Amino acid sequence: MNESLLRELVPAVIGVLVRRGADFASAEDAVQEALIRALDTWAEDPPRDPKAWLVTAAWRKFLDATRSEESRRGRELVVDAEPPAGPVPASDDTLRLYFLCAHPALPPSSAVALTLRAVGGLTTRQIAAAYLVPEATMAQRISRAKRRIAGLPLDQPGDLGTVLRALYLVFNEGYSGDVDLAAEAIRLARQLVALTDEPEVSGLLALMLLHHARRASRTGPGGRLVPLAEQDRSRWDTVLISEAVVILQAALARDQLGEYQAQAAIAALHADARSTAETDWVQIVEWYDELLRLTGSPVVRLNRAVAVGEADGPGAGLAALADVSASVPRHAAVSAYLHERAGDPELAAELYAEASRAASSVAERDHLTREAARVRRRPG
Amino acid sequence: MKYLLLKHYRGGPTPFVDFPPLDQWEPEKVDAHIQYMQDFAARLQETGEFVDGQALAPEGTFVRYDGEGRPPVTDGPFAETKDLIAGWMVIDVESWDRALELAGELSAAPGPDGKPIYEWLEVRPFLGGPPTITE
Repeated sequence: MNESLLRELVPAVIGVLVRRGADFASAEDAVQEALIRALDTWAEDPPRDPKAWLVTAAWRKFLDATRSEESRRGRELVVDAEPPAGPVPASDDTLRLYFLCAHPALPPSSAVALTLRAVGGLTTRQIAAAYLVPEATMAQRISRAKRRIAGLPLDQPGDLGTVLRALYLVFNEGYSGDVDLAAEAIRLARQLVALTDEPEVSGLLALMLLHHARRASRTGPGGRLVPLAEQDRSRWDTVLISEAVVILQAALARDQLGEYQAQAAIAALHADARSTAETDWVQIVEWYDELLRLTGSPVVRLNRAVAVGEADGPGAGLAALADVSASVPRHAAVSAYLHERAGDPELAAELYAEASRAASSVAERDHLTREAARVRRRPG
Repeated sequence: MKYLLLKHYRGGPTPFVDFPPLDQWEPEKVDAHIQYMQDFAARLQETGEFVDGQALAPEGTFVRYDGEGRPPVTDGPFAETKDLIAGWMVIDVESWDRALELAGELSAAPGPDGKPIYEWLEVRPFLGGPPTITE
C-alpha cells in the first residue's frame, strides 16, 4: 500500500473515533500518531485491512492519552472502550471534517494546515517542510487551530467558500520539498467533488487540473519562469485538459456561475489554443468581465487589461489599465508588457526593472530582470 | 560554526568594480550570474554546509512602538538608505577560514562582462550557546 492510499483513510478514521465519542482534537492527534506508526511499519508488515488497523491503533492511542489525562486529574475514565459505530455514513464524516478544518473562525494559514493534516493525512513534519517552517512552528499552529475550533459542533453544514479557498491556497503553494501540494490539493478537490453537489467545487477542480496540465512547461532550467506565450504547448498534459473541460462543461451547464468556474473557463480557453496568437482573447475578455462582476477584484481588473491588450491591441490594454490602481501587485509588470507591445522599449525596460524590485518571489524577480535586460538590448 | 553571508544592495566598502544593476546587463549574462548563485548553493547542500538562503525585497519600512493604545509609527521606505541588505546565506562550516573561502567564491559570480564581479560580501559569525566544558 502506498502512502497516498494510506492517507485517504485518515478522515474516515477520524470520523470513526469522533462517532465513538472522542472529541475532534484528541481524535485527530490519535490518528496522526497511528499514521506515523503506520508509515514506519507497514512497508515491512502491511496489514490485511488497513482501515481496521488504523482504527484500532488510533483508538488505543486515544484511550492511552485519555487515561493518562484522566489519571492526572484523578478521575474515572468516562469513555467506553468499545461503543457501537454510529448511524452516520462515512462520507458525511469526511465532508464535515472539511468544513471544520476550514472553519471561518480560523485564519487561512491555520485552516490550510489543519485541512492538510486531518483531511489530507499529511504529517506535521511534511506540512512544515512544504511551507518551509520549522516543525515546532507548524505543530503549534495546528494545535492552536484545534483549540480554536474545540467545542464547535461537528454536525452542521459548513461554509463551502472557505473550504474552496483553503484548497485553492494549497494548490497555489505548488511544489517544494518532498510533498507535492498541488497534487494533494487536486486529490482533496476530487474527493470534495464526490462528496458535494456544487458546480463551484467542480469549477475549482477544473481550474486546478488545467493549471496542473501546464506545470511541466511553466519552468525552465534552474527553476526560471517561462511565460505562457513562450511555453512549449506540446508538453501540456492533454489528458488532464480533456478531463478538466468535461468537468467544467458539466458545471457550467448548471447555470450557477461562480468565480472558480469563470477562472477555469479562462484557463480552458488558453489550454485550447495552439499559441497566444490563436487564442480566443475576445472570449477571454468576456470571461474576465463575468469574473469582475462576480468578485470586483482589482487583480481581476489587472488581468483583464492584459486580455484586452491582446484582443484589441496594446492601446486598448493601456486604457483598461488606467482603471487599475498602481498599488495592485504586478501592475508595473503588466504596464511594462503593454508599453513594450505599444512600441516603447525604453519605458518598458524601466517598468520591468521597477516590477522586478516589487516582485514577491525570487523566480518572478529574476524573470522580470531578464525581461528588462531583453527589452533594453532590442535594437531601436 | 555558523556564519551569515550578507549580500548588500548598497553599503559596505567602495565597490571594487562599479557595475550597473542586473536589469541593464545582457540577458545571457543575467542568466549566467543567477546560475552561478544557484550552483554555489547546490554545492554547499552537497557538502552539508548549507543551512538557509533567503532573498529580501528592496523596500523596507521602519516601525516603532508609539505608546499605550496607539498604533505603531512607521517611517520609510527610504529610497536612499545607505545600507540595504539584499539577502543572505547561512552556512555551517568547520572554520572561519572556510567561511572566508566560501564568501570569496560567492563574490566571484560572473558580472556583466562575464568576468568575476568582485562583490563585497559581509561575513558575520553567529553567537552560539555556551560550551558545556569550559576548562
